[in-house]
Parts: sequence; C-alpha cells; structure tokens
Amino acid sequence: MLKDQTAVVGIAETEFSKSLGPSEKSLACRVILEALDDAGIDPSEVDGLSSYTMETTDAVDVAKTIGAGDVHYFGQIGYGGGAGPGCVGHLAMAVATGQCQVGVAWRSRKRGSGVRPWASAMYAQPTAAAAFTRPYGLPRPADEIAMLTRRYMHQYGATREHLCNVATAVRKMANNNPKAIMYERTMSRDDYMNARWISEPLCLFDNCLETDGALACVIVSAERARDCKQPAALIHSFGQGLPSQSHTMTNYWCEDPLRGPSYACADQLYRNSDIRAEDLSCAQLYDAFSPLIILSLEGYGFCKRGEGAAYTEDGAIELGGRLPVNTSGGGLSEAYVHGFNLINEGVRQIRGTSCNQVPDCESTLVTAGEGVPTSALILRKAS
Amino acid sequence: MTASSPPTGPVVPVCDEDTLPFYEATRRGELRIQRCRDTGRWIFPPRPLSPFGTHQEPEWAEVSGRGTIWSYVVPHPPLLPAFAEIAPFNVILVALDEDPTIRLTGNLVAREGGALNEVDPATIEIGAAVRVVFDAIDDEWTLPRWVLA
Repeated sequence: MLKDQTAVVGIAETEFSKSLGPSEKSLACRVILEALDDAGIDPSEVDGLSSYTMETTDAVDVAKTIGAGDVHYFGQIGYGGGAGPGCVGHLAMAVATGQCQVGVAWRSRKRGSGVRPWASAMYAQPTAAAAFTRPYGLPRPADEIAMLTRRYMHQYGATREHLCNVATAVRKMANNNPKAIMYERTMSRDDYMNARWISEPLCLFDNCLETDGALACVIVSAERARDCKQPAALIHSFGQGLPSQSHTMTNYWCEDPLRGPSYACADQLYRNSDIRAEDLSCAQLYDAFSPLIILSLEGYGFCKRGEGAAYTEDGAIELGGRLPVNTSGGGLSEAYVHGFNLINEGVRQIRGTSCNQVPDCESTLVTAGEGVPTSALILRKAS
Repeated sequence: MTASSPPTGPVVPVCDEDTLPFYEATRRGELRIQRCRDTGRWIFPPRPLSPFGTHQEPEWAEVSGRGTIWSYVVPHPPLLPAFAEIAPFNVILVALDEDPTIRLTGNLVAREGGALNEVDPATIEIGAAVRVVFDAIDDEWTLPRWVLA
C-alpha cells in the first residue's frame, strides 16, 4: 500500500507569461534545480525522473544538465493533461518500492508563444480514430469537450450560468495570486456572457489560458521528508483511470460518455484512502475547460451524477464555500501548463502557504484531465 | 508543411488498415461498421480484433444509415483555413438506430451535397431523427453527412 509512505518535499515554478525567453529545456532544468533547493536536496541525489509523453525535455536532458547521479527510475505518462498526478504517483510507487530514493517530476511548455497543437497535428491525425472526427470539423480539444458539454446540459438541465459559476470562481482565485496571468483582470458575469464563442456551447472564458511556464516537484520517502527544509505534503493516495472502452478526448464511443475516466480513477483513489471526498478541505480539479470541473465534482464523489452543475451554485467552489476549487486560479486563470500548477498549489495548501489559503487545510485532491485516461492524488499534512 | 503554417484545403481522413474499410465503403455509398462475429455486437471505432467473444477479426456489416442526434457543437475561429472559411458550422454526433452507443461524428446538411453551414444551428435538436447521405469531398474520399429523416 502506498498510503502516506512518500511525500512531496520541494516545489518550484517559473513565472507564467504569454512569452518567456529561455527554451523549454532551459526552463525545465532551472525549475527542477529550484524545486530541489526548496527541498534542501542536492541534485546529485536525484535517481528518479518522470514527466509527460508530450514533454520535450526528456530524462537524459534533465539528468545531464542538473548533474544527477545514476538514475534508476525514469518513465513518462501519456494522454496530455491526464498525466500530471500520474508522474508524481509513479515516482511515489518507485520510491515506496525502493526503486529510487529522490524523484523529480516536471512539465515545461511554451504553449503561449508556441504553436497550437491542433493547428499542426490536424493533418497528422495522431490517433487512427481522428479519421472519424477531424475531417468533419472537430479539430480542437475545445470542440471535443463542447460536444460532451452540450449533451450534459441537455441531459441534466445545466446552463451557461453554471459554466459561468466555474469560470468566475476560478478567476476570483487568480485575482488574489500575483503570479497568475489573470491576477489583475477581474471578470464579471456580464464579461463571461458577452465573450465570443470558441465552440458553442463553450465561450472564450470556458477555455484555459495559453501560457509559457515550467514547474517541478520533488518526491522522497516520508521518513526522508522529516529531514527536508519544507513541511511534507504526504501522498496519501494515488489513482489512475482508463475506463473500459474509453477513448482519449473523443470519449463518445463507450456506453456512457458522461461517466468519464474520473469515476474509474476515483474508485482506485478512494479504495486506498482513509480520506473521503467529504473530508477534503479543497480541491485542485483539472480545468482545461470549465465543464471539466463540473464533471470532476461528480466523478470524484463531491455530489451525485448530474448534480455537478448545481453544486457550483451559491459560491460553493469559491473561497469560504464548501469546497474551494483551484485556489491558485487553475488552468483557466493562473496558467495552463498541462495541469502541473494544480499539483504545486495542492502542496502549498498543505504547507499553509497558498495565496488563497483554506484555513486548517488538512488534505486536498489534485486531479488530471477528465475526458482522457487520467490520474489523481490525495495530499495530506504529516501528523 | 511546417508546424507554423496551418494546412489549407479539405481535411481528409488519415487511415490505417483498421479504419480504411469504413471509407472504402462510403466511397461505394455504403455505411459499414465493424461487428463481432461471435456476439453480433457493433464495434466502433474500428480495431483489429473484437473486444467481445473469442476476439475474432470483426466483419464489416452494413447499417441502415438511420440514427438520432446525440449532441452537436458549433465551432468558431480560430480554425484551420478550410473550416474557418465556413464557420460557424455544425458538427453532430449521430447515435445509430442499430446500436445507439455507436455514435458517428458528422454534419447536418439541408440536402445531399449541402454545405456544412447551411442549417441554422438554432434549429438543431438533440434526439432528432436523421439519415445518411454521402458527400465526395475529392476523388478519393467520401464522407457521410446527415439530413433530417
């Protein structure tokens, strides 16, 4: 059992911007060194490396640049935004089983100044199934998730008011976070309702930012964590979910598309956890698109199926509500770096250093993308 | 083509040996879906072996071409040039009558050969009955489109 055997002891991130100067590789290595410094661990001790399959800075690049010793665990997790907590979880498993001692996870991406993936990948059609969507005009992740969103609204009576609840709640978090891209830009409900369409029923503010940035975190055993500079964020539970007959992004080719990968991931996550959804102080829910938060509220058991939209009413996911969500501003309003900022914010909530600190935060949930094979972590304070 | 210059012209399917039979059928004016030889269950998207029964290679069986609209979207720019030119247009998901868990991506058109932006999106209804029509987008590729039944 993985429970509480490992911890996140170091985190770091670059500034977030529409355009950063250094290369993705340079940003990755700098931020990894900062995360190790945050933990008080020498880079030569790093012997575990994990990132996304979409990450351009690979294990060899990192190891030789930071001056790692012999690395004994290295791996990558696929499915874009489904990967983040998976990278941390795999390192936790590797540390807990003795395969390595000091693991580093990272994501470095110049998505703000770089090319939009859908604009170049369209002809390439990287999965065979894309031959059944892209020629018909369904090229972007926003279109693929809009399709599920429309069906969800039809089936459960959700409206744009609910999507607006999500977008404005997360924006308010960013307005308290000086590092957030949207720190100084407030958003009213009218701003949301009057925004241009991207793919109806999703408007501009239902979509995440396009950001340059890099983040990293350091994982060691709970025992080692006691000697580190920062308070430990214990990895209480870890789950992944690739449900039966599911597909990545275009998850319509299964019996029940609105029962997404979150459900399968949550089964595993809570099976090995002493902490239940109702115990969590706050949640960091992957938000490439605002409806993913609504689907994740259901999948991770904060409410019943079909009730996720209504859950967002009356400020429930804002600071002071029953479940503050994406307390640094998430992908919608802090930065979109494939969800890695949600991991670091989860750690800050456990340390008590968030700019939207939830009082007496004992535990938090960090999830990866809904709609793709996904992953999640429950982090908690050391007792 | 480079990563920084989006492709122009129609977006045609990129097929492998599993998916090509679908488009070989549409070129003949037939809508065919994989079906498990053991259990008769429909399978989509195509794959080399059936996930059901004894995992035989699936057969390609013709379906009626009738279904209902399960959901739809209306994309707006930024899009690739071929789609930006006609935006906003519609993309629908059609649940097939033979098995409503088989959902094909397509477009609702006003008539056979009609444009993707001809139908007023405000008139599209989830649950509406549709039937397939075929649209040859070039000499090689024919896409299924849908009209109200």
